[in-house]
Amino acid sequence: MKNKECVAMLLAGGQGTRLKSLTKKIAKPAVYFGGKYRIIDFPLSNCTNSGIDTVGVLTQYEPLILNNYIGIGSSWDLDRSFGGVSVLPPYMQADGGGWYSGTANAIYRNMEFLDQYNPEHVLILSGDHIYKMDYNHMLEYHIAAEADATISVLEVPWSEASRFGIMNTNDEGRITEFDEKPEFPLSNLASMGVYIFKWDVLKRYLMEDEEKEDSSHDFGKDIIPALLNDNKKLNAYTFDGYWKDVGTVDSLWEANMDLLKEEPGLNLSDNKWRIYSKNPNQPAQYIASSATVRNALINEGCRIYGTVDTSVIFYGVQVAQGSVIKDSVIMPNVKIGKNVKIHRAIISEGSVIEDNSVVGDSSPDSQITLVAEEGSVMASSYATIIK
Amino acid sequence: MDLIAGIINLDHEQDLLEELTYFRCGAAVPFAGRYRMIDFTISNMTNSRIESVAVFARRKYRSLMDHMEQGKSWDLDRQRGGLFILPPDWNDPTDLSRGDLQHFHNNIDFIRRTLADYIVVSGSQNICSIDYRDVLESHKESGADVTVVYKKVEELQPEHNLAHKLTIDDSGQVMAIHNDQQSKNVYMDMYIIERDYLNYLVENCIAHGCSHLFLDGIKGRLPDIHINAYEHEGSHALINSVESYYRNSRKLLNESEHDELFNEESPVFTKVKNEAPSHYAFSSNINNTLVANGCTLEGHVEDSILFRGVKVGKGAVIKNSIIMQRCEIEENAVLENVILDKDCSISSGRTLIGAPEKPFVVAKRKTM
Repeated sequence: MKNKECVAMLLAGGQGTRLKSLTKKIAKPAVYFGGKYRIIDFPLSNCTNSGIDTVGVLTQYEPLILNNYIGIGSSWDLDRSFGGVSVLPPYMQADGGGWYSGTANAIYRNMEFLDQYNPEHVLILSGDHIYKMDYNHMLEYHIAAEADATISVLEVPWSEASRFGIMNTNDEGRITEFDEKPEFPLSNLASMGVYIFKWDVLKRYLMEDEEKEDSSHDFGKDIIPALLNDNKKLNAYTFDGYWKDVGTVDSLWEANMDLLKEEPGLNLSDNKWRIYSKNPNQPAQYIASSATVRNALINEGCRIYGTVDTSVIFYGVQVAQGSVIKDSVIMPNVKIGKNVKIHRAIISEGSVIEDNSVVGDSSPDSQITLVAEEGSVMASSYATIIK
Repeated sequence: MDLIAGIINLDHEQDLLEELTYFRCGAAVPFAGRYRMIDFTISNMTNSRIESVAVFARRKYRSLMDHMEQGKSWDLDRQRGGLFILPPDWNDPTDLSRGDLQHFHNNIDFIRRTLADYIVVSGSQNICSIDYRDVLESHKESGADVTVVYKKVEELQPEHNLAHKLTIDDSGQVMAIHNDQQSKNVYMDMYIIERDYLNYLVENCIAHGCSHLFLDGIKGRLPDIHINAYEHEGSHALINSVESYYRNSRKLLNESEHDELFNEESPVFTKVKNEAPSHYAFSSNINNTLVANGCTLEGHVEDSILFRGVKVGKGAVIKNSIIMQRCEIEENAVLENVILDKDCSISSGRTLIGAPEKPFVVAKRKTM
């Protein structure tokens, strides 16, 4: 029987409530990022670039746009005759069925999918993070160490360590303890939510976990502690590139602004590590004589007649004359009228901002303004400064 | 709904764009920041629900094949029909055909096998947005043998000298096809014809030793056959020289000209490149310019078109120029009235200035 060395399972069912109305109608992995992409483009492109050609995408919350976006995976070269991308929603069974009750339960319910490929290892990914990572390096490390599981970790500033799941390790990189958001962290190695398991080991633990009545069926809360408890070999793999959790409106805005820094941590133009995405197929962007564009990322199909300063503009956006966009993220197909002022804001897809509107607060530490639900129209008389 | 198939006949298109067509055929010349000339013809066909397209390529088609792949960008990767790129490779010892009839003869299976009753035959030099279903409707209404598409141009330009012109009567019937330099009815090198009639014309032309299907088989049959004229009313550009390429490219900086060619109902498709959005630095100053994705801009650009992945260094000044894919303009270089083909680099401090009516063209991969 043919088999795959490593199959990836991408957890994409999360709602992302802290992204507020950005995820009202779409799952968090489908949220826009970086002028062109959706969050899920990063893990999917990482898979393709790492030579992992079989990916199961576990969906649950608002899957319409996500399913449509993934399609048969051709945007990421994941349309394969054996393997490729498979969307795996919860389903009914002869003896019932229901929603995925946790991340571990989602994988448990798709054991048959994994068994089709009879993989040696399973890579668990989440659709919440922006990063470029060669999973193959991690897999090599996992195999060389003969680990049962390998968890990718990132050194975070000590001051922020208590916001993360922290791995305490010994000198050989073996994980001795897992602390979820510790008050007094003993290490600054934070879990990135990227795991590689030996499939036979994980399978056993998933089945055991399923029997436990009090389990929340979660990788971080149940599976990892159970493995540690049984003294299984868990290793930490240190990743040292750019990694950002974009789970909140502020962090999503920050991650976009990071792209505009002098030396951005994330290079989107690296030919050897392309970030693939579905192409919107729009004509070249037009920058008019009346426009001023400084420190900005702008995508196809845009028409800029006003001023864009330190902002990320997605495809198909129109900015009329006299308008000023500063420190903002403008998602696809937004129409911005004349003499509009937008500061420190995220404007969601398809919004219409009418002439003379004022959006956001320009003072440096003010909160990021989010406008609003998809397709919303902001009338000129309505100025919003959300504190 | 009637099925239509498409043939893009590049056989007799001459490569007149100097440096731009040294290494590629005219159909593969980059246009409008992110397209190739042929994208407009193929997109018109697929937007008209044509699902089977043959490309008769004769010369310098490497770049064309690289661009079109299996036709995926135009949804022409089909189980049935789809895209057929047909370069000249034929060894039939009994073959008597000459000229573009060689293509029609050796690829007659495409015409015989298609499920379509009608075939649109088009070149690639006439850039426009047209729905061939409207042409078919006019064709059927007129009861003609062939319907040709033309543009009534407002002002004759030098490029129109090379085009055929039509004399049309009040009922829209073509009375004559000629090269009258004063006529403003420019034939757009597109016609629609019934499949069986095309098949007959091909056989008949070959039997009579003809070498040009349109000139010998269609124009040469006047007045014995009924040729209907369909007037294309939208924007139109005929590109068959560097001068017409330059002028018509820059016409797209005008919003209404641009919108007539690029409209939401009939999008123009091209090969996907997966470039990041373009980055505009603090020092950039961009005015009245079309910019494709993947550019890094630090200098001054005005009244120009930048293709994908162009880099413009600090202090560089670009005016009235067309800069193709992946060119690098280093610091303080000055370009005016220049067309740079792909992968050129201009080292810092260099100045290249062409004439407004005759741009300076730099061939692919040149370093200056």
